[in-house]
Amino acid sequence: MSNARDAILAKLRAGDAAGEGPVSDFSVIYGKSWSREEKIARLESLMVAVNTEFHRTTEADWPALVARLLEKRAIPSLLIGTDNQLIERLQDEEGSPDLTIYDGRYEDRKAEVFEALAALTTTRGAIAETGSLILWPNEAEPRLLSLVPPLHIALLDADRIYDTLWWTLTEENWQDGMPTNVVLISGPSKTADIEQELTFGVHGPKELIVLVIDG
Amino acid sequence: MTGAEGCFRERAGTALKDTQLRANFRRAMDGLMDKRAEQFSDVNEWERLRGLGESIRRRALARLPDLLEQLERNCTANGISVHWAETVEQANETVLEILQRRGAKRVVKGKSMVSEEMHLNDYLGRHGITALEADLGEYIVQMAGETPSHLIMPAIHKNRGQIARLFKDNIENYDYTEDPVEMTAVARSQLRREFQDADAGLSGVNFAVAETGTLCLVENEGNGRMVTTVPPVHIAVTGIEKVVEKLEDVPPLLSLLTRSATGQPITTYFNMITSPRKEGERDGPEEVHLILLDNGRSRIHADAETRRTLQCIRCGACMNHCPVYTRVGGHAYGGVYPGPIGKILTPQIEGMRVFGDLPEASSLCNACVEVCPVRIPIAQVLVRLRDEAAGHCPRPTVKESGARKSVMEDLVWTGWKWMHRSPAAYRMMTGLLAKAGNLAPSGAPLLRQWTSARTKPRFAGKTLHQMVREKGLADE
Repeated sequence: MSNARDAILAKLRAGDAAGEGPVSDFSVIYGKSWSREEKIARLESLMVAVNTEFHRTTEADWPALVARLLEKRAIPSLLIGTDNQLIERLQDEEGSPDLTIYDGRYEDRKAEVFEALAALTTTRGAIAETGSLILWPNEAEPRLLSLVPPLHIALLDADRIYDTLWWTLTEENWQDGMPTNVVLISGPSKTADIEQELTFGVHGPKELIVLVIDG
Repeated sequence: MTGAEGCFRERAGTALKDTQLRANFRRAMDGLMDKRAEQFSDVNEWERLRGLGESIRRRALARLPDLLEQLERNCTANGISVHWAETVEQANETVLEILQRRGAKRVVKGKSMVSEEMHLNDYLGRHGITALEADLGEYIVQMAGETPSHLIMPAIHKNRGQIARLFKDNIENYDYTEDPVEMTAVARSQLRREFQDADAGLSGVNFAVAETGTLCLVENEGNGRMVTTVPPVHIAVTGIEKVVEKLEDVPPLLSLLTRSATGQPITTYFNMITSPRKEGERDGPEEVHLILLDNGRSRIHADAETRRTLQCIRCGACMNHCPVYTRVGGHAYGGVYPGPIGKILTPQIEGMRVFGDLPEASSLCNACVEVCPVRIPIAQVLVRLRDEAAGHCPRPTVKESGARKSVMEDLVWTGWKWMHRSPAAYRMMTGLLAKAGNLAPSGAPLLRQWTSARTKPRFAGKTLHQMVREKGLADE
């Protein structure tokens, strides 16, 4: 369709000139900032407001907490990526769930992915302003982990909570190398398409549990 | 194409008599307005943020051809195939070619207004390919054989009883319930199978970032992530105006979009797609295609005044706050895009012949302009389009400009102008109307449309000038 391309571009260039366009003043965005404690509290209150379960835990305690949360729901196994450190931490835990490792191509693991009742992922960080987790799925933690199983447990390092999305992507220079997929997650899947009645768990996870690792 | 029967006036008349429809819209719009107002309670922040949003969109439109080329370059480098389409037909053919090459028979779709503009589902259906809507609202609307009545909440015109009856008629072994939670669970289990079996996924695009070649999708349900991750092929369709220059332009627009649309600080998912599945990655589509559709947008872009229509980020706040939309609903507009934005966008895309009456469906109350997060001067464009429709635009640019030109109306206004310029003619005419104006029957031409819903105004026995003279004041 190179003809269509050339025709569209020619038409766009033939119209009224607009110069370079206006300059943007971003100060309303970068003016927003909170202290470490405020950021954790803000993240918690925004995420809890949209039905997220939120726990503050430590590097030492989180595997036991995961085991308890699954036991409470009578979920015997957990879908997880291939991060060996995570796998070992979970396996070392007394009463830990059976782990299903998502270590092949989706096409070969379709049934396991769609039948799993719970999955665990890490996160790259979070955003205090909007109450969002930042995920950069990769080989070790594929995209469907945080989407298909009805329960998603996410680990978050308390030191990696940013003020705003704008700060996150500017400070980390995302524009220099975007991964295949970035996803911000702000609660379990929801809809209000029937009479605006808020309902959780339409296509993605019905439950989201965030474990903030602080210390 | 129109898809619309009759004119706006007729469709609005029918909608106004539907008390169920009016109640459904009233309730929904009241809720949306309240939630949005809560988000923007800080007026200073709101004005600065929308100023930023406006500048980002105007900058993108000012540099549009360059940015589209940059987007194409970066997407291509990332492994995304970019296709251009001047018309809906070309866009549909491109989708079909991609699907046929893969032998695809089933497509699952995320929400996309551009695909509505393309009438893609019908087109694919005619070529033996099933396209299933996966957004819950769109799923309901497709089941009913209808079109969306709202940009963000496609099935807002229906209540739970109407939806439950639809499910009963269309879903095997439906255990009848009118509970939204249970109905949502039924849709979930139906669609889960579809995601796994689909040969391709199709989505729209909220923002396309030229700097990085990234496609951004905003959603709450997860169906957008499903259709862009599970099937082996992902096709994204977008209007050429959706491009933004830099990645840092995205956060303010995202904030304005979700807060304006549904009063949420952010949606559940914000999905940024930059490439197909890379070597070693476990999931994601093997192929990603981006189709850039013009369909009249380059024509809208050519004129500095109409160009501002293209600033739109499709939040729907204009319709949520529109006194006309709230009363007649989305279908009365006849086109794909309803409400105030539809009133300025549809006639420019589809032409003045069929949709030239839409710009008249407004009292120019300015409610839409006040809430628009990117400051589109909707009222100003409405007036421009009225001039275009009537053939009074000094430099017409809109498709089928002058299609609603009326000799009768032009004559009346010429007479009116002449009468107000000549004191003698003015005195004669007002004197005549004071004496004999009330004799005109209410069904007389020009009066008829006014009296169809109102009582006929009565002329006073004396003109203002006469009364002033009788009071002894000088009549100058």
